[in-house]
Amino acid sequence: MQEAMHECKCNPGFMRDTLVPQVGIITDIRQETPDVKTFRVNAPEGGKLFEHMPGQCAMVCVPGVSEAMFSITSSPTNKEYQEFSIKRCGDLTDCLHSLQIGDEVLVRGPYGNHFPVETELKGKNLLFIAGGIGLAPLRSVINYVLDNRENYGTVDILYGSRSADDLVRRDELENVWAKTPGVNVYMTIDRPQEGWDGHVGFVPAYLEEVGFDTNKVALLCGPPIMIKFCLQALEKLGFSKEQVYTTLELRMKCGVGKCGRCNIGTKYVCKDGPVFRFDQVDELPNEY
Amino acid sequence: MYRILKSDLPKLYAAISAKNDLLLPVKTAGKTNFALWTEDAVVDIEALKTVKSPKDAFFPQSENLYTCGKVDGKTTITEEERCNAPFVVFGIKGCDVRAIAVLDKVFLSEPVDSYYASRREHGVIVSMACNRPETSCFCGAFGIDCAQPEGDVVTWQAGEYLYWQPMTEKGEVLTQQVAEFLSACEDAPVNEAMEQIRAICNKLPLKDLDLSAWGAEAAQKNFDSPIWEQLYKPCLACGTCTFVCPTCQCYDIKDYNTGNGVQRYRCWDSCMYSDFTMMAHGNNRNSQMQRFRQRFMHKLAYFPANNDGMFSCVGCGRCVDSCPAHLNIVKVIKAFGKGEK
Repeated sequence: MQEAMHECKCNPGFMRDTLVPQVGIITDIRQETPDVKTFRVNAPEGGKLFEHMPGQCAMVCVPGVSEAMFSITSSPTNKEYQEFSIKRCGDLTDCLHSLQIGDEVLVRGPYGNHFPVETELKGKNLLFIAGGIGLAPLRSVINYVLDNRENYGTVDILYGSRSADDLVRRDELENVWAKTPGVNVYMTIDRPQEGWDGHVGFVPAYLEEVGFDTNKVALLCGPPIMIKFCLQALEKLGFSKEQVYTTLELRMKCGVGKCGRCNIGTKYVCKDGPVFRFDQVDELPNEY
Repeated sequence: MYRILKSDLPKLYAAISAKNDLLLPVKTAGKTNFALWTEDAVVDIEALKTVKSPKDAFFPQSENLYTCGKVDGKTTITEEERCNAPFVVFGIKGCDVRAIAVLDKVFLSEPVDSYYASRREHGVIVSMACNRPETSCFCGAFGIDCAQPEGDVVTWQAGEYLYWQPMTEKGEVLTQQVAEFLSACEDAPVNEAMEQIRAICNKLPLKDLDLSAWGAEAAQKNFDSPIWEQLYKPCLACGTCTFVCPTCQCYDIKDYNTGNGVQRYRCWDSCMYSDFTMMAHGNNRNSQMQRFRQRFMHKLAYFPANNDGMFSCVGCGRCVDSCPAHLNIVKVIKAFGKGEK
């Protein structure tokens, strides 16, 4: 549940509509891959613009260009800033990629539900499966889990992308997560590449090849085609749909289930999602 | 019950207008639509249906949300002022009053849309019974009684008089403001008028429109039906049905660069348009069949499932009258009627 309105910081007593954004300052930009940058955003007075839970999203806007929904890739356990990993693939993201440290963006949120890190996932062994920019929403969960390590069991991270150059957060994958006790990182790229001595092949095939035990909950994010085949692979391994979570991505404008864009069946992905368990996804009309 | 001679209505309009913005059916270039009353406006309370529904009064076709500017290189955000003065919408028919209740479910559910809420708070609805329901009307199918609509004030036309009955506190306040033009009277002429209206309703061709194939339970069932593939074909994707519809609430949010800042506004949109769900990585409804299906599934199945069975159609019949391809929600409802699954 999100609150209807937030009290305005500069004008106490005045409530801001959820459609009205706040100004955020870009305080760091990291080039992750040739077409993905991670932007760190702070409130103008420092600190975070708002609190969120892993898997939630926010609308990022450049006035005069456009506004779109992005998952918040930083964990809520990070008390200093929020991050968005954004792939360059349209007018708005082109513009965002041209911004510099110190530039302003408008941000509103958080929107949507979140991964059930404090309920259904608590105490469980976790298997994260991500493809390409699909790591962005899962990274928030991974860091939340690692910062509350005692609340969760084993952590396996299987991540793949088109090429070694397209692996988002490779540094964190190899130098932080892979070195954390109880965490296994599996990386793969689609085609062989010079200088890459890791696994080569698509994520679903690698998933079957590694053959995870079903005493886990799987969290799955990536391109639709990868999700489809990964789910098949997980079912082959014996996972039930109740054990697998994913996020859906649809066009959004309002973020609060009113503008109609992300409506599928009786659900609004911006409000009732983006996180769905696969048995819940199955109840939706096949339109995602 | 009160009444006023219809020939004295201009005085009533002027009195309402003195303290409130007054919106009412006005004829312009041969078409009647809700517009602001002025002394030279051609008021047309005889028209059964306005071309566009009065939803503009609460959910305007286009409205500014906020304006971004720059001061000393810093971005400023100035919110658009919310509605803060009373206004009256006069002559809304029963179907359109119900449509506002449908919009309330959308905009007043959490998180509340403060732009819409401010208009609902300040708007007074003066409804009017329909003297001559037409063949395209089917409000009865949704349990709406056009002889006795809801509203803050309900009015009836009978003989030389307009009858006036306040129903809510807001309605009482308005009635007091214009009390000098109203005289107390008996209910009998109104009861007679209502009987006549209901007699007409009983003869309407769509009075027995069967909705049993629709509602919350239809959400799963009707989606996969092969009927859609045939049904959607005449659709031109022009979006006319959504723009005349009193319950369609899909909207877009866009930027307008004023040269001295950026206005962020929202405007009506249509789920029938091909770019409605278009994203950088694709379009989840890339055929017109899918978009057509979405519009009707939403009104007749998804919305009822989320709102205690309330349909997001009120039977006003505007889409029946205005679709250039003679396609409409009645055809869709009937296509899934008895015997066809």
